[in-house]
Amino acid sequence: MGDVLLMVAVFIFSFLVGYLLISKVPPRLHTPLMSMTNAISAVTILGALLLFAVETNAVQKGLGALAIVMATFNVIGGFAITNRMLKLFKTRE
Amino acid sequence: MDNCWYLLTDFAIILILIVGIWQFRTVKGARSGNLTAAFALLCALGVVLYRHPVLEPAAVILALVLGGLVGWVVAMRVGMIQIPAMVAFQNGAGSLAAFLVSFVQLTREAAPQETIAKVAGVVSLVIGMATFSGSMIASAKLANCMKQTPTVFPKHDWMLLGIVLVIVTLGIVAGGTAAPALPCSLMVLILASILLGVVFSIRIGGADMPVLISFLNATSGLAAAFCGIIIENRLLIACGATVAASGSILTHVMCKAMNRNLPKVFLGVHWKPGAVPVQAAEAQARKGEPEPSPTVTVEEPRKFEKSQQQAPLAQAIDAAKNANSVVIIPGYGMALAHAQFETVQLANRLEEMGKQVKFAIHPIAGRMPGHMHVLLAEAEVDPDMLFDMDQINPEFQQTDLALIVGACDVVNPAAIGAEDTPIAGMPILAAHDAKQVLVCNLDGQPGYSGVENPLYQEPKTILMFGDAKTSINRLLQGLH
Repeated sequence: MGDVLLMVAVFIFSFLVGYLLISKVPPRLHTPLMSMTNAISAVTILGALLLFAVETNAVQKGLGALAIVMATFNVIGGFAITNRMLKLFKTRE
Repeated sequence: MDNCWYLLTDFAIILILIVGIWQFRTVKGARSGNLTAAFALLCALGVVLYRHPVLEPAAVILALVLGGLVGWVVAMRVGMIQIPAMVAFQNGAGSLAAFLVSFVQLTREAAPQETIAKVAGVVSLVIGMATFSGSMIASAKLANCMKQTPTVFPKHDWMLLGIVLVIVTLGIVAGGTAAPALPCSLMVLILASILLGVVFSIRIGGADMPVLISFLNATSGLAAAFCGIIIENRLLIACGATVAASGSILTHVMCKAMNRNLPKVFLGVHWKPGAVPVQAAEAQARKGEPEPSPTVTVEEPRKFEKSQQQAPLAQAIDAAKNANSVVIIPGYGMALAHAQFETVQLANRLEEMGKQVKFAIHPIAGRMPGHMHVLLAEAEVDPDMLFDMDQINPEFQQTDLALIVGACDVVNPAAIGAEDTPIAGMPILAAHDAKQVLVCNLDGQPGYSGVENPLYQEPKTILMFGDAKTSINRLLQGLH
């Protein structure tokens, strides 16, 4: 039960901190922000990797591999595209 | 799985991630913020691999390289106007991964027995799959592979309700049965989830797309967070929750910018075919470019269009020469005409001529939150020229010329005056307050909302209809 409580606490804490910080992001950065959070949501790659740390059958391995491909596509693509976009923004600050 | 060090490293990684998001308050900081967040994910990857060594490293490395390579190549090649479609697609890919992980976890021999884990698994499965299919529809719409206008099925609301009921029932069945969960009911559950995403997204189109993408962004975060509960991984929960928060904020911002609430957008309260003038809806359907909406001019002889344009062009050049202050209002039509480079050139030219030039950016301009800023940034706009709606609106009364490029609904004064239109109460850019207005739109048809724009009838308005790129180029030549 302690684990569950901790997990719920982590969820609420992250949601609140995320909410506070992201409210401060100026509108002009909303597209890069969404692109970056999109990449972050591909943390499911960790879950996909964990599937390979336990005993699974061939079908499950295949699905796990597909999950890794999809998540890596999202995470690498997301950060790369955000970086490209942010380079376009001129700074004079 | 726990000990004190594990807990500490997890929190350290979450802290790095938070620092990354924290840096997003300024443009300069955002660049390092993005890299910081990427670093946090890299650390998380390392930590997970260290704690749980994989059994088949070769397969894992192959999958990592394959996904990473494709992701990288695509990200490097995609154009800035395609960013919304790309983000929707990536979002779908990530959600599919969340779905796959939960699916395997639920059907494994040693599937988790605790109710909470099972419920989380089913929720993650449903949200992940629905977000995947919804994102694919959104991406196809944005990439113009599919009709961009809303598609409404007969009894659409009941269909949605039915699907949701099926999912809830089957979800309870799947959550209640002993693991491994009944594959048959699970299969139906998955099919229902796919259907949910499709039926949900297909009804949303055009100017409502930013809301849909933001919402899907939030749900993909939720799917990741629930996926984290089933595999008992704090990092997944934390990252997922942060993304869910971000998506929720952006959804809220977009809704506020249109003075609409979520049910209105998602249940299509105002956009049922009856609410949109038939002519406009048909015209939109024909070309699939909602703003500015395509029209009969396509079939009209070219000559007529050109001869008509001569006089407005001379007027426009005069207006631009005489104006001391100019506010440019770009809309998605500008992006569709690929006119952002010419528009920025024009702005620079006007500034060289000693005029005060500003860009007024409406929050929903473009196809995702902040899209217009990226498009203009690509055209190397001077960032000091960009102003948000609240900053610029009081200034329109002192503005000599409001130059509208491919925007319609966001400058439609009917939003203030008329009560019973779809855009009633939507905050608009007060172009009608400027001393003169120059419209460089494709045509005089209403925008996505289907509401006629009374601004076009005003005597102070100069209409330069036609391809925005051509119009702006002519204007530029006239000013040299």
